[in-house]
Amino acid sequence: MTQQNNTIVEIRNVYKSYHRESLIVPVLHDITFDIAEGEFLALMGPSGSGKTTLLNLIAGIDKIDKGTIRVGDVDISTLSETELAHWRANSVGFIFQFYNLIPVLKAIENVELPLHLTSLPTKERRSHAEMALNLVGLSHRMDHYPGEMSGGEQQRVAIARAIVTDPTILVADEPTGDLDRVSAEEILSMIERLNTEMGKTIIMVTHDPRAAQRAKILRHLDKGYLNDDASQNPL
Amino acid sequence: MMLLKILFRNAFHNKLRSSLTILGIAVAILAFGLLRTVISSWYSGVEAASTTRLVTRNAISIIFPLPISYQEKIRQIAGVKIVSYGNWFGGVYIEEKNFFPNFCVEPKTYFQLYPEFVLDPLQQKALLADRKGFVAGRKLAERFGWKIGDTVILKGTIYLGNWDFVLRGIYHGRDETIDETQFFFHWTYLNEVIKKRSPNWADKVGFYMIGISRPDIAPDVALAIDNAFKNSLAETLTETEKAFNQGFIAMSGAIVTAIQMVSFVVIFIIMAVVANTMAMTTRERTGDYSIIKTLGFGAKDITILIFGESLIITATGCIIGIILTFPAAKAFGHSLANYFPVFLVSAETIYYDIAAAFLIAVLAAIIPTRHAIRIRIADGLRRIG
Repeated sequence: MTQQNNTIVEIRNVYKSYHRESLIVPVLHDITFDIAEGEFLALMGPSGSGKTTLLNLIAGIDKIDKGTIRVGDVDISTLSETELAHWRANSVGFIFQFYNLIPVLKAIENVELPLHLTSLPTKERRSHAEMALNLVGLSHRMDHYPGEMSGGEQQRVAIARAIVTDPTILVADEPTGDLDRVSAEEILSMIERLNTEMGKTIIMVTHDPRAAQRAKILRHLDKGYLNDDASQNPL
Repeated sequence: MMLLKILFRNAFHNKLRSSLTILGIAVAILAFGLLRTVISSWYSGVEAASTTRLVTRNAISIIFPLPISYQEKIRQIAGVKIVSYGNWFGGVYIEEKNFFPNFCVEPKTYFQLYPEFVLDPLQQKALLADRKGFVAGRKLAERFGWKIGDTVILKGTIYLGNWDFVLRGIYHGRDETIDETQFFFHWTYLNEVIKKRSPNWADKVGFYMIGISRPDIAPDVALAIDNAFKNSLAETLTETEKAFNQGFIAMSGAIVTAIQMVSFVVIFIIMAVVANTMAMTTRERTGDYSIIKTLGFGAKDITILIFGESLIITATGCIIGIILTFPAAKAFGHSLANYFPVFLVSAETIYYDIAAAFLIAVLAAIIPTRHAIRIRIADGLRRIG
């Protein structure tokens, strides 16, 4: 199958199952769809529908059983663990529900962490990290540890860390799931701006309809099946 | 650099747990160091032995004497430079608990043979001039408050009766590894008394100390001495001073082995403690390691983080343990000076401490590292929250 010009993620006939001792639990069945460059896609579905698994497969932190996933020019389903690690470092930005910052690192150090896998000199790494923190409005919190910040602030630091390497795609797994309503709105606005103003391709897993409303495209998963075509978000 | 920052901060993140683990390691290293020092002090006589000194004794057993007349024959053997001789006296000062080694020797040649016993020439002259004179080691004189000119009475356990001596000299060790708790007096004094009491036992020595010109001729000289007295009434057994001293250590070999085993048990226990700490730490940080892997860091980086943390905790405990070993050994050495005249923490013991700490750090980190590397990122991330 040829890739369309503006397709950044191409998912073809993907199957995934988990092994629980002798039991095989199928999670995803024959998933096929594309994500266009600059898209903001929300993957929705009930708990256990396989949306986080699909996000993990697209982000290269889990491996498919069958099928192909192509991101940009790279067929990530053929990459080894080491190659996947290099690819993730260069191509994917991660935003998680529980922020997942390193507790012993300050905000600026957390943001700088992925840049240590690049060839950037120390000074540039620091200026890139400062810029990213500035972008999420946390330049005044640079020297604070995650434990000294609110949930919303920690998630903003996580966003800064996700964008600091200028990745091809941004994946967000329930990014507002652990936040109060006000903080959640702030974070969603920030993610939305990353898409609209910076043109970032964003794939977001959520079961929160308010969060999903910010996305341009909605896709629904149920019991491991992609149950409809992409629908344009009413907003 | 960032990884180093993480591993250093991780190591002391849980202050209580890290402190207790470090304390445990420090105590274990201290115990290990002291036990090793006990062993090395046991061997201090062997270590201090010269390669140019031989010991000749009765071939049947050390408890049987040799005739004094052998001295001249030994002196004539090629390669022999000095011949001295002596007996174990086995005297007790006031009561038995005041034990210290005491020998009667031929003082002029004996101090020539043992330059590590440093004796002031004037004191040596005074000793030679007084048949009842004796020389004590510095520590021994300090222990009983003896001063030059003091009369000291020993109660003989082998040569019965009270024997009075006059302190004519106090020797110092050439360095701190030399035993300064010995007591030497004139063999002639003992021999004269024996001559009067039981003439059959007179003119006998317990051992000959022989100085040779070069260490490499020791086997030939030893063989020549023993051949010279073959088929005599008192055949001889000649060996290097080191082998002679080792023979004494071998008699208490079981105790040394027991101490060695205890020292390794100490290390094993602390290894289990550190391994447990590292396992808890790694389990607690499974999420962090998964994030680090998610960001693109590999197995090598995770290995550095876990092994590094284990090394930092163990090294900190090890350094504290080593620092504590010196004052502890000093206090231990003071209270057991009668049994361990030389109780010094050797460089070898410190190397053992460091090697043990390194081994603990590495072994304790292997399984947690393997687990952290092998766990799927998705499973690791699931543990957060």
